[in-house]
Amino acid sequence: MRKQVLAAVVGFFCCVGAANAQNTQQEIERYRQMIADGNPAELFEAKGEGIWKQKRGPRNVSLEQCDLGKGPGVVKDAYVELPRYFKDADRVMDLETRIVHCMVTLQGFKPEDAKRNPFSNADRTADMESIVAFVTAESKGSKMNVAVSHPKEREMYQIGEKMFFYRAGPHDFACTTCHGEDSKRIRLQDLPNLTAQKDAQRAYTTWPAYRVSQSTVRTFQWRLNDCFRQQRFPNLEFTSDASVALTMFLARNANGGVFAAPALKR
Amino acid sequence: MSFPKMRVALVSSIVLALLATIAGCVTSYSLSEGEAERRTVEMMKSSFRAQGQASLARLEQDEVQAVCSQYHPGQAIPREVLEKIEKAQLAAIKYPAKLMGNWQAGERVAQTGTGFQFSDGPTTPVGANCYACHQLSRQELSYGNIGPSLYQFGKLRGTSEAIQKYTYGKIYNSNAFSACSSMPRFGHSKILTEAQMADLTALLLDPASPVNQ
Repeated sequence: MRKQVLAAVVGFFCCVGAANAQNTQQEIERYRQMIADGNPAELFEAKGEGIWKQKRGPRNVSLEQCDLGKGPGVVKDAYVELPRYFKDADRVMDLETRIVHCMVTLQGFKPEDAKRNPFSNADRTADMESIVAFVTAESKGSKMNVAVSHPKEREMYQIGEKMFFYRAGPHDFACTTCHGEDSKRIRLQDLPNLTAQKDAQRAYTTWPAYRVSQSTVRTFQWRLNDCFRQQRFPNLEFTSDASVALTMFLARNANGGVFAAPALKR
Repeated sequence: MSFPKMRVALVSSIVLALLATIAGCVTSYSLSEGEAERRTVEMMKSSFRAQGQASLARLEQDEVQAVCSQYHPGQAIPREVLEKIEKAQLAAIKYPAKLMGNWQAGERVAQTGTGFQFSDGPTTPVGANCYACHQLSRQELSYGNIGPSLYQFGKLRGTSEAIQKYTYGKIYNSNAFSACSSMPRFGHSKILTEAQMADLTALLLDPASPVNQ
């Protein structure tokens, strides 16, 4: 009898916990819907478009002739096909890497200047976040369609997959520690299973995102950097090969998902 | 081979061929396994920069990390592989004289999520962040579920010397009892101090701890 009561009590509190978690999730969802019509990311998109068209850099030209993979000047639906192999650079590039490439080759920036301060912090806002918001918004509603036809694309995918499962650091963490199983949470934060198609699509197609808690648009490069920080790894260099390889793996796994970013996140 | 058996064999070989094709399309590998591993490590070493306490040495794997990285979630790890890891890790556990400390201090360690990140300063407190993955006390509703619920951990097991030793040991090195566990090896990897691990042992086992109410 006592055991039954105990079981009932335990059961009750477990349900309270689960219900609370569910309520929190519902509240976040409700909040999201409430402000979905006015995602502040749109301000970043507009600013990014302005920067894209502005004559800048030592050569005083805009980024309008930048080739994001679909030909010079084509922004529409470029993001859903990235990362991809670019012959002119003989390298697989994600969006941010390609933007840096265009800033260097078209506008004449030094690579170190083009890559400086890619993420906003308390002291400054990063132009890169606005440019990324502008370009990605031009893919809204289109399906992810990342190819692995070039041998270098296949290599990057394969290396990205290895990285995803690579356990290291003082805590033995890999990406898969948090993102390898269904229906897992850190505290009350739901974690997508990035090895399962549906979750992979939902996660990848909602980055970049305006983070309410950080009052800025965060890019996919930022997302990876901050994951590795929490993994207790060293600092992932902006537009490094490893960042592109992992992006290749995750973007390709999201193929078929409808792109819905810049999104809105807590 | 009888006719029905041949049909089964034929059908299964077609199915296998189809599966292989699908797998081929999805994965689309071009490097050999060994080459992929070598390139991955090489690429990671050139893609991260040391910051604060997070040096590039953190990218180097010990044997446990290297072996466990080969198995993906849901993939069975061969028994002999598991046993080899568990035996070696168990042998390396160092137990203090006093296994149980103070549960109140343990609760603080369980709630603290900072420590060892490149953004953490040298004086940032180091926690175990137990609640990130486990339910512990019933008061704390913000808990994760990567690990099992530990609510009433001690109430169900008692506080015998053997249980204290197991609990401390599991915190010290989860891989000694469950190879390739997702839980950090808090003692083995020198994340927590002996006192912090004893405090967590008390949080889990002390009858007065909120975990056991």
